[in-house]
Amino acid sequence: MSARADDMPVIKVEMRDGVILPATIEVPANTRFKLEISNTGQSPVEFESTELKREKALAAGSTSAIVFRTLDPGTYQVFDDFHPEAKATLVAK
Amino acid sequence: MIGAFIIAFREVIEAGLIISIVLAATRGIPGRMRWVLLGVAGGLVGAGLVALFAEKISDAFEGSGQDILNAAVLIVAVLLLIWHNTWMSKHGKELAGELRAAGEAVRSGEREAAALSIVVGAAILREGAELVLFLYGLVASGTSGADIQFGAFAGIGAGILLSAVTYFGLAAIPSRYVFSITSVLIIFLAAGLASQAAQFLANAGVVDVLGQTLWNSSGVIAENSWPGRVLHALVGYTDRPTALQGLVYLGTIAVMVGLMQWSSADKRRTVRTA
Repeated sequence: MSARADDMPVIKVEMRDGVILPATIEVPANTRFKLEISNTGQSPVEFESTELKREKALAAGSTSAIVFRTLDPGTYQVFDDFHPEAKATLVAK
Repeated sequence: MIGAFIIAFREVIEAGLIISIVLAATRGIPGRMRWVLLGVAGGLVGAGLVALFAEKISDAFEGSGQDILNAAVLIVAVLLLIWHNTWMSKHGKELAGELRAAGEAVRSGEREAAALSIVVGAAILREGAELVLFLYGLVASGTSGADIQFGAFAGIGAGILLSAVTYFGLAAIPSRYVFSITSVLIIFLAAGLASQAAQFLANAGVVDVLGQTLWNSSGVIAENSWPGRVLHALVGYTDRPTALQGLVYLGTIAVMVGLMQWSSADKRRTVRTA
């Protein structure tokens, strides 16, 4: 089980005080992957997507991950619920 | 400042609306205030712990720890709400004062209040961890100005105020009707929480069926708009429900209505034979 977890592709996302980097997050479709989110800013952030039904709040300076079991190919909007102006697009292909 | 106000306000009302419904639904149960306050305190401590150990919880179960914890908290709340409504359909009339002398409602009322204190705690635990992270970040980072901190705390105050207004609004309903209304509100509340729990289990990979989207109403009411958020808190509105969520939602309603019918029929039988 843990060996499988280590095999997962890891896609890194950086969130910093109202900016989500990269603005277009490319992820593999139809496979397990891990979205590793780092809050490198000075304020708390919340990675969220209503389309993906996922949310994760992160204190300043912390890193955490969301594991996706499988994702249909497509484009999904994500945003920072604590910085409403911060938006990005997650593209699965 | 406005941003901080809105975020804090939003997080508070999500739990606050649930608590005001639960408070209105337990009117007349002796000693309930003590239990509710215990639930609030327990929920806040739990939210603090979840925020503190957020990373450890996240990494548990191969990265599904947060989803599994959320699902567990919600399932406990749903089961207790089901039990509450079943109990109420038997004892609600006694509590409403029509049979004030009836002792059983009062005797088992304490257990009932204890159950609802857990629901209150679960609501705060679920919504509060994010708020704790947010507030702690504001205060601890030292970079946010006093106006932002003021905005956040004003948001909490306003959220508590709106929850209180909701409670007093419900409490102003004549006691003959109040439990019928809170029972209906709790049916939808529980169904919404159950469908959220189902989604958390799907995210964690525990459930892997019926993942297709039933409809997309994000163009009508977006889930992260104000009406969307309030509906989400009250009836579990989601703009892209999966088939699993729909099924769990309807299933919860069916189970609750069925148990309530059975319980009030059971009461009629007991009264007749006595």
